[in-house]
Amino acid sequence: MSTIAVSSEGPDLDARVDPRFGRAAVFIVLDPHTMVFDYIDNGASQIRAQGAGIQAAEIVADAGAKTVLTGFVGPKAFKALRAAGVGVVQKVDGLTVREAAIRFASGMLPLDQAPSHRQARR
Amino acid sequence: MIIAIASGKGGTGKTTVAASLAAVWDRPLAIADLDVEAPNLHLFLHPSFSATTAAKMEVPEIDESSCNRCRACVAICQFKAIGLLGDAILTFPEMCHGCGACMAVCPQEAIRSGCRTLGAIGWGHTPEGPFLNGRLSIGEAMSPPLIRLVRRKIGILAQAENRDVILDAPPGVSCPAVNAVMAADVVVLVTEPTPFGLFDLELALDAFQSHDRRLGVVVNRAGIGNHDVYRLCERRKIPILAEIPYQDAIAEAYARGDIIARVHPEIQSRFIKLGQRLRISNNPSRCAPVREAHHA
Repeated sequence: MSTIAVSSEGPDLDARVDPRFGRAAVFIVLDPHTMVFDYIDNGASQIRAQGAGIQAAEIVADAGAKTVLTGFVGPKAFKALRAAGVGVVQKVDGLTVREAAIRFASGMLPLDQAPSHRQARR
Repeated sequence: MIIAIASGKGGTGKTTVAASLAAVWDRPLAIADLDVEAPNLHLFLHPSFSATTAAKMEVPEIDESSCNRCRACVAICQFKAIGLLGDAILTFPEMCHGCGACMAVCPQEAIRSGCRTLGAIGWGHTPEGPFLNGRLSIGEAMSPPLIRLVRRKIGILAQAENRDVILDAPPGVSCPAVNAVMAADVVVLVTEPTPFGLFDLELALDAFQSHDRRLGVVVNRAGIGNHDVYRLCERRKIPILAEIPYQDAIAEAYARGDIIARVHPEIQSRFIKLGQRLRISNNPSRCAPVREAHHA
């Protein structure tokens, strides 16, 4: 199964999904079949005055992710992810990274075609 | 001489001071409202507008066929206006600040200059002189390029006829306000003697104080609050150029859209003196210190 990136509040599978994409603390990059994972610190995007979402899109694309699981992706980041051929699943905040990955692997999480209109919960 | 009327805090009376100063200024003058997110100086000076022109900024347009994906533009852009996603090179014009660095660094010369409309410039005339205002489009976030454009246009008008310039700056101390005051010879900071006025005046002093730019303070609503603003000015050696008393007649005139310098000869004389002090302070020696004693 192809690689996914999950926005996360911490560096392991039991951390909660960060509802924010661009300003997520960490991206967990994993194979949802084997659950072998790595993490990428997203601190450099978090401190940007602007363009955090675009930078985060570059990071997950460069990490080889084919799908992003997160809470909310803004319109510019959505456009960037689409250009990179990365699929987007939103509104998976409230779960742990592991739970989100399992649900995705079991086909319970369809890809979104547009940015969610709901703002990320804080 | 270019005079910018600025403030840290909004609602302290920048436009009130700009309108009154323009009304008593006794040299040829040009006036610009640089508060492009909410221009309102025209409500007081009643210019007759003769034209409206589109205000555009330069943004990158990338020729994908000559771009070799070297990332030089992506790396130099501080605003994330260009992204390289896999093999796709994308521009985000609404993020661009118009600095031109991407075009300068591109070794392939694959980036040409496109343009994006930010808003409009109103071209008008008042009895005091030519009047311009910038009007940022609804929903637009990028005000500094529009502010710089209006500032340049009024500068050209003024220079051609040897006019002084009064600039009504936007509030705050971030990019819009900095862009409004950066070419001014003198910055007049309008404040009020309250904790809010004090806090934001201190930010404005930190932001705008510079060896080649003189600063002075106008205390509006003098008589309310406390003396901390005066103490701050004393400590930072910033002259207080005028005080505008807190009076019903002034508030009423403002609410009617009148120029407060025309309310009463006593108020008018305060603005005439303000103008004189600004001209003295434009002398490279130093600002003329002017403080009435009763607040010290």
